[in-house]
Amino acid sequence: MTVDTTGNEAERSRTLGWRLLILALLIVGSLIYAFPFFWMISTSLKIPQNIYLDPPQWIPDPIAWDNYNQIFDIGPVWAWIWNSTVITASSVVLRTLSSLIVAYGFARFAFPGSRMLFILLLSSLMLPGHVTIIPRFLMFRDWHWLDTFWPLIAPNFFSTAFAVFLIRQFLMTLPRELDEAAEIDGANTWDILWRLLLPLSKPAIATVAVFTFIDAWNDFFEPFIFLSTPNNLTLAVGIRWFRTQYETQFHLMMAISVVSVMPIIIAFLFTQKYFIRGIALTGLKS
Amino acid sequence: MNNFAGKIELRPQRQWWRFRWQRVRRREWYGLLYVAPWLIGFLIFIAYPFIWSIQLSFMDWKGIGTPRYIGWANYVRMFTDDDAFLYSIRNTIAYTAVHVPGMMFLAFIVALLLNQRVRFMPLFRTLFYLPSVTSGVATVVLWVWILHPTGLLNRALATVGIAGPNWFGSTTWALPGLVLMSFWNIGTTMLIYLAGLQGVPQQLYDAAEIDGANALQRVRYVTLPMMTPSIFLTLVLGIIGSFQVFTAALVATEGGPGYATLFVLLHIYYNAFRFFRMGYASAIAWVLFLIIMIFTALQFWLASRWVYYEGEQTK
Repeated sequence: MTVDTTGNEAERSRTLGWRLLILALLIVGSLIYAFPFFWMISTSLKIPQNIYLDPPQWIPDPIAWDNYNQIFDIGPVWAWIWNSTVITASSVVLRTLSSLIVAYGFARFAFPGSRMLFILLLSSLMLPGHVTIIPRFLMFRDWHWLDTFWPLIAPNFFSTAFAVFLIRQFLMTLPRELDEAAEIDGANTWDILWRLLLPLSKPAIATVAVFTFIDAWNDFFEPFIFLSTPNNLTLAVGIRWFRTQYETQFHLMMAISVVSVMPIIIAFLFTQKYFIRGIALTGLKS
Repeated sequence: MNNFAGKIELRPQRQWWRFRWQRVRRREWYGLLYVAPWLIGFLIFIAYPFIWSIQLSFMDWKGIGTPRYIGWANYVRMFTDDDAFLYSIRNTIAYTAVHVPGMMFLAFIVALLLNQRVRFMPLFRTLFYLPSVTSGVATVVLWVWILHPTGLLNRALATVGIAGPNWFGSTTWALPGLVLMSFWNIGTTMLIYLAGLQGVPQQLYDAAEIDGANALQRVRYVTLPMMTPSIFLTLVLGIIGSFQVFTAALVATEGGPGYATLFVLLHIYYNAFRFFRMGYASAIAWVLFLIIMIFTALQFWLASRWVYYEGEQTK
C-alpha cells in the first residue's frame, strides 16, 4: 500500500516534469513560428530611418501609421484589393455551388461509366497545373481572355476535383434513406439536393468555401501568368510588382504584406474548425 | 393449375422489372446531368490543354506564325544543349531532398508535442498552422526581409558570433535560404499527422507501457508504425509540391544569383513567357510531369514494404 503511493507519487512528479518540458517546447516553438508575423507588423509601422537599426527596434518609435497611406499612393493598391475581392468572392460562390451539384451526382447516382468518371476525377487531382499552363495561356489568348479575370473565374463554373471529392465524401456519410423518404413524399432529385442535402452538408460546404477563399486569395501562379496591366493585377501579384519597384523600402513592403495577409488570418481564425476538418478528411482517404 | 399460377405470377413481375428499369434509366440521366458541369470543365480546361501540350512539345513555335514539327528535338536539346535545364533539375532535386524530410520531421515533432494533453492546445495549433494559410507572396517578401544581409536572422547570428551570409545574394546560400524559409510552412503536414495521431488507439500505448516501454520506445514501436499511412501521404504530397516550387523562388531570387535557385518550373516559365519558346517549354513541362509521375509510382510501389494499414493484417 505504501509502496504503491510512493510509486504513484514518483509517477506523478515524472509526468509533471514531462508536461512542463512539453509546454516549454511548445511555447518556444510557437513563439519562433509567430515571430515573423510580429516582425512584419513591427517593420510596417517604422519610419525608414529606423528599419536597419542595430540592435533592432522591436516596438516602432515613432509609430508610422502613414506607411499605410503611402502604399495606396505609390501603387494601384485599391484596384488590386478590389480585383482580388471580385475573383475570390466569385470563386467561392461558383466553385462551392458547382462542386455541390457534381458531388451529388457522384454520391447518389449510378450511371454507366460513373465509376470510371470518378476515377478520372481523382486522377485529375494528381495532374499538376503546370503541364497545361502553356496551352491554356494560348487558348485564353485566342479567346481574348488574357488580362481579364475570366481565366481565373470561368473554371469555377465547372467545379474542381478536390472540392467535388470533399463534398462527395461527406454526402456518402448521409443515409440514403433520407433521400428515399423525401422521394416518397414527392420530392424530385433537384429538391432533394437543395432542400434536404444542402442544409445537412453545411460543414462540408463551409470547408470547401474556406479552402477556396484562401486558395483564390493567395493564388499567385495563374494570375501572374494571365494578368499583365498593373491595374488588373490581384493583390498577390501586385506585391511582387511592388517588390520589383521599391526593392529596398521594406517598411512599405511589409505594410502591403500586412494588408494582404490580414483578411486570410481573420477568415482563418473564424473558420478554423472547418479547416481542420477538411485536412482530416483528406488525410483519412489515403 | 400449376401452369396457370405461374403465368399469373410472371406477368406482374415482368411489369415490375420494366417499371424499375425505366426508373433506373431516368435516374441515370439525372446522374449524368449533375456530373455534366465537371465533365465539360474537365474537357475544356484539363483534357484539351493536356493533349495539346503533348503536341506542342514536339513543335518549334513562338506562339505566333506557323508551328513546325521538329520531332524529338526539344527533348534532345534539354539534355544536350541547355545547361540551365540541368541546373534546374539539380536545384529542384536538392531542394526536395532537404525540404521534404526536414518538413516532415519538424511537423512530426510538433504534432507529437501537440498530441500530449496540454493546455492551450488550440492556441499552439493555430500559431503553428497560421504560416501555412498565409503562404504566398506576402510571406516570401517577409522572409526576404528576415534573410536580408542586415536582416533579423543575421543580427541574431551576430549575437552568437557568427557572420551571417548574404543569403539570397549568394550563390551558395540562396538555395539553403529558400529551404529554411520553407520550414516555416509545416502546418498542413502537421495537421495530417495530428489527425493520424489521434487515431492511434490508447490500448496500444497502455499495452506497450505494461511491457515496460519508455516514451521513446512507445514512439518508435507504436506511434511510428501506426502513423505510416499519414507519413506516406505527406511524403507523396510533399514531393509532388516540392517539384513544383515556383512562387518563393520567383519572388525572392528570380532564380538567381546565376542559376543558384533556378527550379524546373521557373525554367519553364522563362522559356514560355519570356523567350516565347512554347514548344520547348511544353517539352520541359512534360519531362517534369513524367519525373513526378515516376516518383509517385515508385513510392506507391515501395509503400507495401513499409506502410501499415490497419485491418490489412488479419491472417
